[in-house]
Amino acid sequence: MNPPTPGTVPRIGAGFRLQWEPAQDCHVLLYPEGMVKLNGSAGEILKRCDGQRDVAAIVAELEAAFSTTGLEPDVLAFLKMAGQQRWLAWA
Amino acid sequence: MNAPVAHRPGPPLWLLAELTYRCPLHCVFCYNPVDFARQEDELSTDDWLRVLREGRELGAVQLGLSGGEPLLRDDLEIIVAEARRLGYYSNLLTSGVGLTAARAATLKEAGLDHVQLSFQDSTREMNDFLSHTKTFELKNKVAKLIKDQGWPMVMNVVIHRLNIDHIDRIIGMAHEMGAEYLELANTQYYSWAYVNREQLLPTHEQLRHAEAVTDAWRAKLGDAMRLFFVAPDYHEGKAKRCVNGWGSTFMTIAPDGGVLPCHTARMLPGLSFPNVRETSLRAAWFDSEGFNRYRGTGWMKEPCASCAHKEEDLGGCRCQAYMLAHDAEAADPVCRFSPQHALVQAAVAEAARPKVAEHPLVFRDPVNSRRLSEPSA
Repeated sequence: MNPPTPGTVPRIGAGFRLQWEPAQDCHVLLYPEGMVKLNGSAGEILKRCDGQRDVAAIVAELEAAFSTTGLEPDVLAFLKMAGQQRWLAWA
Repeated sequence: MNAPVAHRPGPPLWLLAELTYRCPLHCVFCYNPVDFARQEDELSTDDWLRVLREGRELGAVQLGLSGGEPLLRDDLEIIVAEARRLGYYSNLLTSGVGLTAARAATLKEAGLDHVQLSFQDSTREMNDFLSHTKTFELKNKVAKLIKDQGWPMVMNVVIHRLNIDHIDRIIGMAHEMGAEYLELANTQYYSWAYVNREQLLPTHEQLRHAEAVTDAWRAKLGDAMRLFFVAPDYHEGKAKRCVNGWGSTFMTIAPDGGVLPCHTARMLPGLSFPNVRETSLRAAWFDSEGFNRYRGTGWMKEPCASCAHKEEDLGGCRCQAYMLAHDAEAADPVCRFSPQHALVQAAVAEAARPKVAEHPLVFRDPVNSRRLSEPSA
């Protein structure tokens, strides 16, 4: 898989499911017989990875939602890791 | 005097629904209780739907649909659909026997997330484990059905003395079938596997060889297929945290509605477990004696009570302690610090001796089940 760029359109990987768990008060990523508990920022990024938005749009949304700037390097680093873990896939 | 306060457990994240003990196979390493044939009163569809709702309210998120062979329940599709609606990630643990293209499509439609295909021996000839054509045709066919539905392909093979030397072929076959994950699960010696332990326990040399072969495949395949080698605790001298800690993560519902911390816990004497026909899952999880008895470390005696590793392994497995040391509160005898560890070492040493007169394997079937669980006269 190519490293992510601002034009990459990430989606949740095959066999994974992202959902909000009230009992754990966090987003989780579910996969065969397992679960990853996500911290706040990982949850905020992943819930925007819907196969429609590109990375640039995701970054812009996050920066607007949290009134900050300069998130792109962090988001790209997270996406790279998430791709390696197969949490995310992209063309 | 104040009773020691047990720490309040988190949610039972993993709910294992053992839908039935009925099974077309007769595996000699089955973990179902030896007396399964005496438990014929299965929960109804409505009972299961209520169990799913109550489990989800408690915070359960992973659902295992197991057995026996869960495909024998003709309400499986209804159960899967409700699981999906409630937000479970559903895992069907199956031998594949009974999975047709039509049924796979219906289960997919109902929202089943994942099928774990187990390799078991469907014949009475263990030595044919790998060459028995009928088994392989079936597994190949089912593997293709799983792929066609876009499910992640997870295979599970129970490893023991009689197939461990074929591990290279087993891994190769899983790769050819397009598995993304392969679990090589060394037999755990409970229930039927315990009855057949002498025939199933591999030698140290067999294990070392199997691990080396697995490592070589890992290096060759990289990320194409993930290989999990579940080490056998008899050979390691180290106790494992059983079911991630008694009453900490797992909740098993037996076919008759018994609510258990693990699928073999009913063997423990003097301990009663609730039943979903009479108790809510919430009460079972938080308030029942069965779940509270071995939570945490307060129940321990020596050598566990003062052991530096007690928080890590939580004393190992209570069932194994009971089976081997005849004391459910003893240290798990697989641990090198257990006073009974010599029993485990003796079993492993015995495995290395040439076998002259072996006992016949005892197949998991209703006749053997009734015979082995006959009340003593």
